Amino acid sequence: MESSSHLSLTRRALVAAAAATAGATTPEGADAQPASAGNSSTDAGTPAMTSVSLRVNGELRSLELDTRTTLLDALREHLQLTGSKKGCDHGQCGACTVMVDGRRVYSCLTLAVMHEGDEVTTIEGLGQPETLHPMQAAFVKHDGYQCGYCTPGQICASVAMLEEIKAGVPSHVTADLMASPQLTAEEIRERMSGNICRCGAYSNIVEAITEVAGRQA
Amino acid sequence: MKFDTPATNNPIDQLKVVGRPLDRIDGPLKTTGQAPYAYERHDAVRNQAYGFILGSAIAKGRIDAMDTAAARKAPGVLAIVTTLDMPRLEKGPMNTASLFGGPEIQHYHQAIAVVVAESFEQARDAAAAIRVEYVRQPGRFDLAAEAPKAKLVPGDSGEGSGAPPEERVGDFEGAFATAAVKLDATYTTPDESHAMMEPHATIAAWEGDKLTIWTSNQMIAWGKRDLAKTLGIPAENVRLDSPYVGGGFGGKLFLRADAVLAALGAKAARRPVKLTLTRPLVANNTTHRPATIQRIRLGAGRDGKLTAIAHESISGDLEGGQPETAVSQTKLLYAGANRLTSLRLAVLDLPEGNAMRAPGEAPGLMALEVAMDEMAESLGMDPVEFRILNDTQVDPEDSERRFSQRQLVECLRLGAERFGWSRRSATPGQRREGRWMVGMGVAAGFRNNLLMKSAARVRLDGQGVVTVETDMTDIGTGSYTIIAQTAAEMMGVELGQVRVRLGDSSFPASAGSGGQWGANNSTAGVYAACMTLREAVARKLGFNSAEAEFVDGQVRSGNRSVPLGEAAGADGMAAEDQIEYGDLAKRYQQSTFAGHFVEVGVDAATGETRVRRMLAVCAAGRILNPKSARSQVIGAMTMGVGAALMEELAVDKRHGFFVNHDLAGYEVPVHADIPHQEVIFLDEVDPISSPMKAKGVGELGLCGVGAAIANAAYNATGIRVRDYPITLDKMIARLPELA
Repeated sequence: MESSSHLSLTRRALVAAAAATAGATTPEGADAQPASAGNSSTDAGTPAMTSVSLRVNGELRSLELDTRTTLLDALREHLQLTGSKKGCDHGQCGACTVMVDGRRVYSCLTLAVMHEGDEVTTIEGLGQPETLHPMQAAFVKHDGYQCGYCTPGQICASVAMLEEIKAGVPSHVTADLMASPQLTAEEIRERMSGNICRCGAYSNIVEAITEVAGRQA
Repeated sequence: MKFDTPATNNPIDQLKVVGRPLDRIDGPLKTTGQAPYAYERHDAVRNQAYGFILGSAIAKGRIDAMDTAAARKAPGVLAIVTTLDMPRLEKGPMNTASLFGGPEIQHYHQAIAVVVAESFEQARDAAAAIRVEYVRQPGRFDLAAEAPKAKLVPGDSGEGSGAPPEERVGDFEGAFATAAVKLDATYTTPDESHAMMEPHATIAAWEGDKLTIWTSNQMIAWGKRDLAKTLGIPAENVRLDSPYVGGGFGGKLFLRADAVLAALGAKAARRPVKLTLTRPLVANNTTHRPATIQRIRLGAGRDGKLTAIAHESISGDLEGGQPETAVSQTKLLYAGANRLTSLRLAVLDLPEGNAMRAPGEAPGLMALEVAMDEMAESLGMDPVEFRILNDTQVDPEDSERRFSQRQLVECLRLGAERFGWSRRSATPGQRREGRWMVGMGVAAGFRNNLLMKSAARVRLDGQGVVTVETDMTDIGTGSYTIIAQTAAEMMGVELGQVRVRLGDSSFPASAGSGGQWGANNSTAGVYAACMTLREAVARKLGFNSAEAEFVDGQVRSGNRSVPLGEAAGADGMAAEDQIEYGDLAKRYQQSTFAGHFVEVGVDAATGETRVRRMLAVCAAGRILNPKSARSQVIGAMTMGVGAALMEELAVDKRHGFFVNHDLAGYEVPVHADIPHQEVIFLDEVDPISSPMKAKGVGELGLCGVGAAIANAAYNATGIRVRDYPITLDKMIARLPELA
């Protein structure tokens, strides 16, 4: 049995773990309680607030935000646009995918204050239940979702991804970098791999995207 | 309604709405982001504050002191509740580890405090300022090291999978000793995480001594009971609401720390509190599928008939926990006169092991169905034919007890034909396509069908709109849609005339979502309530209820016809009933079956295995909605790819925790890993299961897939990997020299 403060325990554990699990996540909850060791800033004064103006789904929205607020939390908590989902808050799952100035981004990995004046399109901006965007309608038709939690991110990513192919942006599986990328299932799968669906609707999602892409082409 | 004799013809058999591949009725809400999940209920209650949960940084020991002074002074902080503020809380029967309270730490990331603040950023920051003095104790974290001390225990997954500590039929040892062909192999499966996309989340609000939580939970009635018990308040003072659940896979079957700490935080802050587990807390704070070490011995005659079958599994859990019931299917899947199964449990100080999609069968078949492949090869038999030869139509432990339906042979035969099985080379390592070594594999899928009591209320209004209310949950399974289909069929209305309200504990208690029992039981409960409503409507109209027909929005009897809305009248009508079951499940073995076929390519240079084609042929009773049922199966097949090729919680055996506790470290399949998937449902109705004549399918799709992939990888390379996942490091050293 050993007795120790959290601080010394964490340091020792860090050294031990680094030796054995090179590159792995640090142990002892360094992620969940990030500043518990050597923390010096938490008893500071009031949080730094700043005004941010975003154009969200075509509408100018002005917010007074804690500078630590992610774009995702600005949307979900401050604008109550909860269609964008928080699956990991680490940029690992894609559930928070929105479009900023037409390009898809993980909104959990970017701070709201970095987007002054930016045009943000969320799932709510693509379509509503009575007026579905073609991609939303294709997801319904092909059952490209189950629990629905990754779905808005999948759909936003799909819409932006097709624009990337149109614009000639190559991917890891593009065989000829000098030619325009083709709309193959392989290209779609590769380009959509930043959006996890744990329910496993991938096969249907690819069919939905393929149908919409075919209609566009 | 008591269901104790096999179903005869009933209104569901019309199949005007049930059995059709209809789009989900919740689709437009889900695809537009309008379906509200637990953390998103801004509308539910005003003035919500934010909670943040702190997890233990040690795996075992106790907390000497917690210094919250700095955290309490941090901006925006409204309240802090620590585990030292109260004794260990009571826990419900479903939980093994304590959810909160007291100084003792049972596992890493066990919740030790909740901070409530005006904003998420403030709560998170203040939680980081809490100083904790731990006294660490040595723990047992290595299953292989503890396995020799594992004790024989009974197992019951609570999800239709179970076995006694040791079960013997005939003389296994004698038969195995004299068998002409034998296999004795040990397989391991790793700890796995549910990794549902929506982390556990709850908003809690007190009104006096009454508590409402908006949460994400598969089993509402269990959650209500266990939250009341944990908080020491009467169950009638607790309400749960969980209309949308962002995935569960068993990880949200039980009350978890999010609900408890939201309630405690809200009490302390005197404000409604919303909180979610951060993604890194999910793996270690909640439950996981435990790792297994499985020894399988098979003995057969030269004719290929099994004479001896033994399946013994060891898994670990916290003190007082349960074994993974990995041997369960081996009691029922193949004929053979001499049999042995056993379950052993080692005590580990890792986080709590518990049900994950198809507990028992998922890891059990990953071993058994590879053993069958190995045995077929030793016998010089085709693995499809070997399985067919050893099929049984009765419970192998009780020959008087038949299966209600068992079409495993048909699944395998049809699957082999559709998949092009005849093109498979019996000798491994024969097919090469460029850099890819290509092979095919097969496995049987098996999962029991469970019967659970389930209740519902059905309302009919003056416009003829039918509203179903039940605490059933839709965790992506399609409950909303199949319940609407059931009510539409029963009441003779269009699907669009039906509203479905789910997940609220103030509604009648359903079977809930788990163990692939949800669809059959919850719709059977709706069937029962609709039957009661039909009788009431007929009675009100003076019709003979046995003769009344509910068709096209009308109630008809003889030459009289009355619109449903008119029959209900301005005040409307409502009926509540439940389905409960007699002893049909004892008299007949009720199970579901599949044939899984997979083609993989193994990279000849790197040893990486890629799935190229997948087919599942399923026999699972009436399929209520072929579109959503197919999705259940392809989703399960996808999880099977993860289990076979990538998923593994990495155990830090010194500090006692799962290291890769996020979605980058714990790899699950992504788009690029999954090819087009094929599913075929055999035409089957099972009148012994329920008035719906349906069975479960949501877990069947996972059962056996991993083994089919492993067998395909072997067929491609000649390399047999018996410890999952089959990652390239286990292949590469054994690959043939590159030409």
